[in-house]
Amino acid sequence: MTALLAPSTLARPRLPRWAPVVVAVAALAVAGLISLLFGWSWIALLVVAGLLYVFALPLWSRVLEGPRAATDRLMTHLVWGSFVVVCVPLLWLLILVVQKGAPVINGHFLTTSMRGVIGSMPGGILHALQGTIVVTLAASIIAVPIGLMTAIYLIEYGRGGRLARVITFLVDVMTGIPSIVAGLFALALLVMFFGPAFRAGIGGAIALALLMIPTVVRSAEEMLRLVPSDLREASYALGVPKWRTIVKVVLPTAIGGIVTGIVLAISRVIGETAPLLVTAGYNDSMNGNLFSGRMTTLPVYIFNQYKTPGATPLGAHAADPPGYARAWGAALVLIVIVMILNIIARIIGKIFAPRY
Amino acid sequence: MAKSIDITDLDIYYGDFKAVEGVNMTIKAKAVTAFIGPSGCGKSTFLRSLNRMHEVIPGARVEGKVTVDGQSLYDSAIDPVEVRRRIGMVFQRPNPFPTMSIYENVLAGNRLNAKRMPKATADTIVEKSLRGANLWNEVKDRLGKPGMGLSGGQQQRLCIARAIAVEPEVLLMDEPCSALDPISTAAIEDLIHELKSDYTIVIVTHNMQQAARVSDDTGFFNLKAAGQPGHLVEFNPTKTMFTTPDNPDTEAYISGRFG
Repeated sequence: MTALLAPSTLARPRLPRWAPVVVAVAALAVAGLISLLFGWSWIALLVVAGLLYVFALPLWSRVLEGPRAATDRLMTHLVWGSFVVVCVPLLWLLILVVQKGAPVINGHFLTTSMRGVIGSMPGGILHALQGTIVVTLAASIIAVPIGLMTAIYLIEYGRGGRLARVITFLVDVMTGIPSIVAGLFALALLVMFFGPAFRAGIGGAIALALLMIPTVVRSAEEMLRLVPSDLREASYALGVPKWRTIVKVVLPTAIGGIVTGIVLAISRVIGETAPLLVTAGYNDSMNGNLFSGRMTTLPVYIFNQYKTPGATPLGAHAADPPGYARAWGAALVLIVIVMILNIIARIIGKIFAPRY
Repeated sequence: MAKSIDITDLDIYYGDFKAVEGVNMTIKAKAVTAFIGPSGCGKSTFLRSLNRMHEVIPGARVEGKVTVDGQSLYDSAIDPVEVRRRIGMVFQRPNPFPTMSIYENVLAGNRLNAKRMPKATADTIVEKSLRGANLWNEVKDRLGKPGMGLSGGQQQRLCIARAIAVEPEVLLMDEPCSALDPISTAAIEDLIHELKSDYTIVIVTHNMQQAARVSDDTGFFNLKAAGQPGHLVEFNPTKTMFTTPDNPDTEAYISGRFG
């Protein structure tokens, strides 16, 4: 206590350790009381309690600890609060999809198509799964080389010249292209060559590639920029030509980040619906041929199941039509695919990271 | 194998900025030539122009003549890649390739040029180069480990091993010891003494004792004034340079009465 009395002391009054707990309990109690009075739901209760907590503790702190500590507490609360606010919808979405989708998924669902399925007969997503994989793979085969080489040009050859600036600008514009416009463009392109009403997987692949290229260029560009010029010079000084330096020194050094960027670009476009709806169309049966016949992908499948869910079976009152359940199941599969892609990206990033 | 270098009326530019002006000198074969001078006077720039590394920087160019073995390096018929194969370089900061092991780093000059060689030959080159760089005993049991895992001094010697593995005729060193402790510096200075018998060595240094210790000839670069191009003030045998320099500016710089 002597430390507190001396005017020149370094010690300052602090809130007791248990202060946050007390304030949290009090906030919950007050919010509970209010929501009982007005008959609010528990969600409103939590929101009110959270807001009370965020502002009450800094207030107490201001009285006891002074303005600097109070600001510190308030800002900490706001940062944490934003984090929670971001996490809530994400978790909510995941829980909902798992809740609704998991019961539908079984061996049959994953291994049959919708061919000849009417009403509440058990159908499956195999054709859509196949379509998604084929179309996305084709899109990557088109987009990755173009994107990667553009990035190499921008960093290694363009070097802020006029052409490089124009390309960067166009890539930025491309980033903002609405996906449906990319779809219409791909459709128009194919119609020019194959006549009207042409629908095939390749159109979807072209549309998705258009959406992927800017992402790939941007991420690869950033990664290549991070490669220290020391390494390039070390390679040149050994008498290695520029192209070999790029292929053997620059790319391997940046490969982890580049692959991560590519996988993230893939997982970005794998959920696209609109461009595939106009280019690849919808189909109930298996179709592995990119160049002929309509091809279903998972997002389009989900859209279609929701649009034409089929009739609710007789006798099962108030149940959802069978299409809804299939749509949720397909949504869960899609999310799982995206998650797997993200995990793969992380693993690859780890494996190829420069060793120290 | 080691070659001498003749430089006549060399002007070096970064875009419109003239960085170095009117250099004339002859760098002797199988000898160590050191360049000293204040920061920003163009020593490194001049060194980089000797193996056409200068032009890697956008807008950089050179006027004048650099002749090695009767061939003018800046002739339009000359392939810069071939020049750099013959004239190796060690940089100020150690820069081993982070994706490669110690073994692969030493062989980088050969491997990156897609030279195929039997394992035995590769092993011989690695051992010879690492021994040449006084690093063999320290790393022989961990050749497969990443090159970035070595200490700073070891990394710099690894870079020297990498440079001599391609058997250049000239070795340029741009302040090779400035990032190192005195013990690593001593190791590299010993190494320079040994390498002298096979290579022409050109070294840029801020450390005048180092120039006095390792070099046979010394060049002193200086700026006339801030914003002016750097120029060669004096080029003489090291002994003369550090005892009876021709130019009063050189004496002022060497004795610490600079400016």
